[in-house]
Amino acid sequence: MGNVLVLAEHRQGELRDITFEMLALAPSVAGALGGEVMVLLIGSGVDKMAEKIASYGLKVLVVDDPLFADYNSDKYQKVLSAVIDDYKPKLVMLGQTAQGVDLAPALAVEKKLPFVADIIGLDVEDGVLKATRQIYSGKVNAQIAFKPADTCLVTVREAAFEAPEPAGQGAVEKIDSPLKEDLDYRKFVEYIEAEVGDVDITQSEILVGIGRGLKEDKNLPVAEELAQVMKADLCGSRAACDAGWLPPDRQVGTSGKTVKPKLYLCMGISGAFQHVAGIKGAKTIVAINKDPNAPIFAVAHYAIIDDLHKVVPKLTEKLKELKG
Amino acid sequence: MKIFTCIKYVPDTSEAEVKLNPEGTAVDSSRFSFDINDADNYAVEESVLIKEKQGGSVTVVSIGPKQSEVMIRMAMAKGCDNAIRIEDERIAAHDPLMVARVIAGAIKGQDFDLVLTGCMANDYGQAVTGVALAEILGVPHAAYVKKVEIEDGKVKAHRELEGGLMEVVELTIPAVLTIQTGINEPRYAPIRGIREAQKKELKVVNLDDLGVAAGDVDADASQIILEKLYIPEVESKAEIIEGDPDEKAEKLASILVKGGLV
Repeated sequence: MGNVLVLAEHRQGELRDITFEMLALAPSVAGALGGEVMVLLIGSGVDKMAEKIASYGLKVLVVDDPLFADYNSDKYQKVLSAVIDDYKPKLVMLGQTAQGVDLAPALAVEKKLPFVADIIGLDVEDGVLKATRQIYSGKVNAQIAFKPADTCLVTVREAAFEAPEPAGQGAVEKIDSPLKEDLDYRKFVEYIEAEVGDVDITQSEILVGIGRGLKEDKNLPVAEELAQVMKADLCGSRAACDAGWLPPDRQVGTSGKTVKPKLYLCMGISGAFQHVAGIKGAKTIVAINKDPNAPIFAVAHYAIIDDLHKVVPKLTEKLKELKG
Repeated sequence: MKIFTCIKYVPDTSEAEVKLNPEGTAVDSSRFSFDINDADNYAVEESVLIKEKQGGSVTVVSIGPKQSEVMIRMAMAKGCDNAIRIEDERIAAHDPLMVARVIAGAIKGQDFDLVLTGCMANDYGQAVTGVALAEILGVPHAAYVKKVEIEDGKVKAHRELEGGLMEVVELTIPAVLTIQTGINEPRYAPIRGIREAQKKELKVVNLDDLGVAAGDVDADASQIILEKLYIPEVESKAEIIEGDPDEKAEKLASILVKGGLV
């Protein structure tokens, strides 16, 4: 049987979107492999989450134990390892998230599973699993085939698939925890919430975004002056915040903020998926970048393919004139 | 503290147009400039910061060509003590599990307290090698680390989760940490450091020297096959604003104002 095992991801009592996004991909793969989808949910007091997943018409395997009150990759690995032995799925699917990245590679090594990380597509051709993933920050796609194996492993990129609607009623099956005591080598300590800054960019109506293409902090006025005339707040990609051009609370993307302005004008941002995932709610996107193949142009409504340092100062000047 | 820091020599493709070789099997990297992977640069800085506080040594480990020695010397100029460069064409570089095995071969059998890696490479972007390495070495790990605190023989790692949330975990030492960008401010190499780096030990080894069987890390050992590369079509619905830079700026300004967008 070619069953697909999906690991449900949740944090602070909420199932994360990636769980449902994987349910968009898993059924077609399971169908092509002649099996069914099973979702593994690990936690403590997770009945409601289990019911919610079951409402997608799927079988849910639940390990519900106080030992899993907080997330711990090593504890999860113990459960996954035992479930793979017992249920022998053909494919195991995790999210390419802070959880999945901390867990999947170790599981692959332990169980000797062929593993492809951060996939955006998965097909079955003549019984062979073929994954698609991006390299060079989305500028090149790679097709990777799995050699024959009892169980294969993938992690799925966040926001690459659209979550389906619930359909049908699945079954919840509780299984015993293979973990009997806490681990002494890795302990969860606490969560620390992000600091709140002077401007909440998630509420901004107009945003000017800067990225690596700005080159250095002495060019910051180029963006600041434009933002001023547009009455916009400044935000940036991870590169811009890592470089210290902007404080961390201005970072847009999966590890930063998700924004929903009416207008987002970005410059020197190539549009890595982590950034694009954070601007999906923007109504109008204007992108200025000198690489015609920059992924940002796939989501932009207006595109200027040019050097921002030549275009933006002139744009600021023109907007000043037009707005009087 | 004895620290191993793993770094990778990668092409800068952030603003470059990427082209493939005619066979579609490799990226034409002849026009790119290469340097240390972003996250690895932060890992180097973090390892030197830990050494400065705790004492000890930092050994750089890198798989890469002769040209990458410029990058390795730069890491030593910043304070790393010595380096191992691994070069061997038999390594299945497309499979991070194979890469992790090779690096483990360079570290295994030696005493270490910490192994630091970048959390993800700019080129292949898999975020796999570091965590796989920990499992092979049989030590605990934490991925996406944005802050490191060492006390009482344990390491507290602050892991960056989605949305800016941090998860603090405590690991026993030895441990592997995969370092996220932005954890520190990587220093510039001092002139004196650059001079001293030339005298530091840089060992060049292949799989045989490491005692790693090629049959454990080559394309046959890998359980995945890189079948093809292709440039994805960017399905852009964007209105492309044409002209010289001034004309483009003028047209965009008028679109924004007339459209009531600003």
